[in-house]
Amino acid sequence: MNGADEPLLIAEGLTKWYGRQLGCRDVSFDIHEGEVLAVVGESGSGKSTLLQILSSLMTPDAGCVRYRMRDGVTRDIAALTEAERRFLFRTDWGYVHQDPAAGLRMAVSAGANVGERLMAIGARHYGRIRGSALDWLARVEIDPDRIDETPQNYSGGMRQRLQIARNLVTAPRLVFMDEPTGGLDVSVQARLLDLLRGLVAELGLAAIVVTHDLAVARLLSQRMLVMKGGAVIESGLTDQVLDDPREAYTQLLVSSILPP
Amino acid sequence: MTVTYNFAYLDEQTKRMIRRAILKAIAIPGYQVPFASREMPMPYGWGTGGVQVTAAILGPTDILKVIDQGSDDTTNAVSIRKFFGRTAGVRTTTRTADATVIQTRHRIPETPLRDNQVLVFQVPIPEPLRFLEPRETETRRMHALEEYGLVQVKLYEDIARHGHIATTYAYPVKVDGRYVMDPSPIPKFDNPKMSDCPALQLFGAGREKRIYAIPPHTRVASLDFDDHPFERWRHPGRCALCGADDSFLDEVITDDHGTRMFVCSDTDFCEARRAAGHGPDAPGATAPDPARGTEASHG
Repeated sequence: MNGADEPLLIAEGLTKWYGRQLGCRDVSFDIHEGEVLAVVGESGSGKSTLLQILSSLMTPDAGCVRYRMRDGVTRDIAALTEAERRFLFRTDWGYVHQDPAAGLRMAVSAGANVGERLMAIGARHYGRIRGSALDWLARVEIDPDRIDETPQNYSGGMRQRLQIARNLVTAPRLVFMDEPTGGLDVSVQARLLDLLRGLVAELGLAAIVVTHDLAVARLLSQRMLVMKGGAVIESGLTDQVLDDPREAYTQLLVSSILPP
Repeated sequence: MTVTYNFAYLDEQTKRMIRRAILKAIAIPGYQVPFASREMPMPYGWGTGGVQVTAAILGPTDILKVIDQGSDDTTNAVSIRKFFGRTAGVRTTTRTADATVIQTRHRIPETPLRDNQVLVFQVPIPEPLRFLEPRETETRRMHALEEYGLVQVKLYEDIARHGHIATTYAYPVKVDGRYVMDPSPIPKFDNPKMSDCPALQLFGAGREKRIYAIPPHTRVASLDFDDHPFERWRHPGRCALCGADDSFLDEVITDDHGTRMFVCSDTDFCEARRAAGHGPDAPGATAPDPARGTEASHG
């Protein structure tokens, strides 16, 4: 297991400009297997830009993202062929959108939504695909009797859980989450976070969670990056950053949470 | 005043353009080749793609057959046959065995095709992934990268909803182990006929401006699941006119009380059998069970 000592994903000097508008500047970090990294910051701080660059949905103007593939070789994401990149995206990676409708096929049943990734990598046995779908619905606490309903019939929280099941069915090693609890009410948020925390620990997932909600960061992540104006202004262990913020902006963020 | 047309209506440069597309389509079996589809003197949906392909490949010595849903005498078939009779002066026939070029809508003839025959399909929607992925840019990329999980999703939905693969026509196929292709709205009963067929099969979509092809003796596999294999389907029973029990049957409603009969959809096949002395009174021939509902056969 000498591979496990190496980072799973390394970001180096990621910079993106939208014309004269800065997306993010000189962001570097690495993440190991089983580690959850939260990226927090206000709207427009470059969180989503960073996430899109990391997940190769966008190409950076400078810097590179390197990823340790399943064969143990660390490769530059930008140097992969499109086919390899798309294969990586639907097998070894997951991407949980803030809006479940963007990550799900709303017109096909929940079972097919979960099974799609399996079929995309060559599963051709209906019974086994359906078995995995049932298993995953149960793990994300969706009533298996509702496997043949489309997500249109589901509540917001169920849709988000279905999206998570759809992503995890191929046993990815790294999951990107863009505001996974955004748009959900507080009790549903709590349940979803609980579920996510359980799954991440159980599966040993690495995750990069973009959020503006510090509570999400505290519950899920071990490490965090604080972004402001496109740059990382503070990083470290989550508890350390949140309990003893160094930067003025982070102090402001932390103090703006209502005391429990 | 008499109007004279160039041979087979289209001008020679247009025909060359279409032939180039056809050659490319034959070189890459199942791949949809874009071409500059022309306006034809008939509405879209009536076979403008098929007509252009036929016009491009037709020679003065060819013998043309045109069928629509297996029949030689429906409006679409008659008008296209007349069209080429007039603009190309080629001989036409209704006999499958005599024809060198067969333009078809929704069927493959029952009589096995042979080499030196060309089957031209009229195609309404050439993209097998269209109803699952509306973006053309995305479907092209999926074809290029051989990402065909989505077609399987459609079949999965069929089984989840109906207990079996309920797609009965335009059943997706994989050509030569590479491209997933829409075989045009032929019944899935005809799908196995496409595989290893000695005749050349050309597909023309006029509105969508695409041509694709299956070269002779190419492997064509209908997509399925390991535990839900592809099955052909026909109405169980015999043809009420010729007694055939292995042809694809049309259901014909004969009165207002739901009385119905089943007859061969391929009229040439049916007529040839009747001429050879077959009839509904053949041993064991009975009218198909009038009970509602039909069952699958593995024919």
